[in-house]
Amino acid sequence: MSSDKRNWEEFMEGIWRQNPVFVMVLGMCPTLAVTVSAINALSMGLATFFVLVCSCALVSLLRKQIPKEVRIATYIVIIATFVTVVDYLIQAISLKLYEALGAFIQLIVVNCIILGRAEAHASKHPPLAAMINAAGMGIGFTIGLLALGVVREILGAGTLFGVALFGAHFQPWVIMVLPPGGFFVLGAWLLLFAALERRKQRRRAEQLEVAQHG
Amino acid sequence: MNPATNALPDTTPALAMIRTLGLIAALCGAIIVAAYQGTFDAVQENKRIALERAVFKVIPAATSVVEYLAYSDGRIEKVGAGGTASGGSAANEDIGGLKFYAGYDAAGHLVGIAAEGAAKGYADTVRLLFGYDPVQARISGFSVVAMRETPGIGDKVGRDAAFLANFPLDARLGADQRRLAQPIRTVKHGSKTNPWEIDAIAGATITSRAVGKAIDDAAQILLPRLVPQLDQLREQP
Repeated sequence: MSSDKRNWEEFMEGIWRQNPVFVMVLGMCPTLAVTVSAINALSMGLATFFVLVCSCALVSLLRKQIPKEVRIATYIVIIATFVTVVDYLIQAISLKLYEALGAFIQLIVVNCIILGRAEAHASKHPPLAAMINAAGMGIGFTIGLLALGVVREILGAGTLFGVALFGAHFQPWVIMVLPPGGFFVLGAWLLLFAALERRKQRRRAEQLEVAQHG
Repeated sequence: MNPATNALPDTTPALAMIRTLGLIAALCGAIIVAAYQGTFDAVQENKRIALERAVFKVIPAATSVVEYLAYSDGRIEKVGAGGTASGGSAANEDIGGLKFYAGYDAAGHLVGIAAEGAAKGYADTVRLLFGYDPVQARISGFSVVAMRETPGIGDKVGRDAAFLANFPLDARLGADQRRLAQPIRTVKHGSKTNPWEIDAIAGATITSRAVGKAIDDAAQILLPRLVPQLDQLREQP
C-alpha cells in the first residue's frame, strides 16, 4: 500500500506539484519556440517524454556502475542517444512534423529537465521509481506545452489541431504565433497558477486561524 | 610510487572511468545504429512521398515523376540510370547537373516540368518548387518547400489567392535561346502589367520578391538547357 502511494506521489510530482513548465519554469526554450500549434506542442512533449523515460531508466540501471567523476558526460551521451532515436522516429513518422519542429528536436539533448531528472532523481533511485517519476515529469511537460500550444493556435490561427474553429471572416491574432505571443500566453498561465496557489495558502491560513480560536 | 596512501578513499581508478565510458558509448552506439537501420526504409519512403506530393502540386495532371539532370553542354540524363548513362550517375551532382523533375500522366505523356529554386527571403532562404508548362512555355505555379518567413505576413505567399493568381507567368526563351525573353520580375503591389511580372503582396514585398527571384534564377539556367531537349522527354522512359 505505502509503496503504491509513494509511486503515485512520484508520478504526480511532475504533473502538478513540481510541474516543469508552470512551477519549476524549466525547459523554456522549446516551451516558447515550438508551441505555435497544438500538434507541434503535443509532438514535442511526447518526444521529450520518450527521451526522459528512456534515459532515466538507463541512468538508473547503470547508476551503480557510473563513476561520479564522469557522470555528467555519461548522462549526456545517454540522453543524446535517445534524442537521436527520436530524431529518426519523427522522420519516419512525418517529415512535415520534422520540419516544423526543426532544430528543437536535437536541442532536447540540452533540455535541463532531462539532465536535471537524471542527476537529481534517476541516479539515486531504482529503475521503476525513476521511470515513474520521469513519466510524470514528461506528462507534466507535455501538458504545459499543450496549454500554451492550444491557446496560441486558437488565438493566432483560429484553428485547433488544424481544424478551423471560426468562420472564414476570423482575423487571426498573428502576434500569438510570433515569439512575443509565447511570452504573453506563458505569463498568463503562470499568473493563473500563482493566483490559485495564493488562494490555497490564504484558505489554509484561515482554517488554521479558525482551528486555533474555535 | 606509494600507491593509495595519499589518494582519497573513494577515488575511482582511471581505468574504471575509461572502461565505463567506453562501455556506455558502445551501448549507445548500438542503440543509435539500430534506430537508424530500423527507420531507414520508412524515412526514404517518406522523402519520396514528400517529393512526389510537392511535384504533383505544381503539375496537377501528373501521376508519376522521373528525375533528370540537365548539363551545361545540353545533355539531359535520367537520375539513377546507372551504367547506361555515360560517365556513371554517382558523380552527377558534382559536375554541375541541374536537377529537374518530369511529370507524366497515366498514358505516359509529358504534362509538365518541375524544378527547385531558392532565394533569400526576409528571415531565411525561401526554397520552392515551380512548375513549367512545356506546351505554352509558361511557369504554371509554385509551391513552397521550406521557409521561415514571418507567420501571417511573409508566409502568405503560399496561400494568398491574389498572389497565386499571378500564375501562369510567361517564360518564353529569347531569340538566342540562351535567356528568357523577359526575366521573371516581382513588381510593387498593384503595378503588374505584363504576363512575366509578379504582383507583390502588400506588406510582404520581400518574400514576394524572393519568390520571383527564386523562379527567375532557376528558370534562366534550366530552361535554355531544357527547352531544346524537350523532344527526348515527351514520352515516359
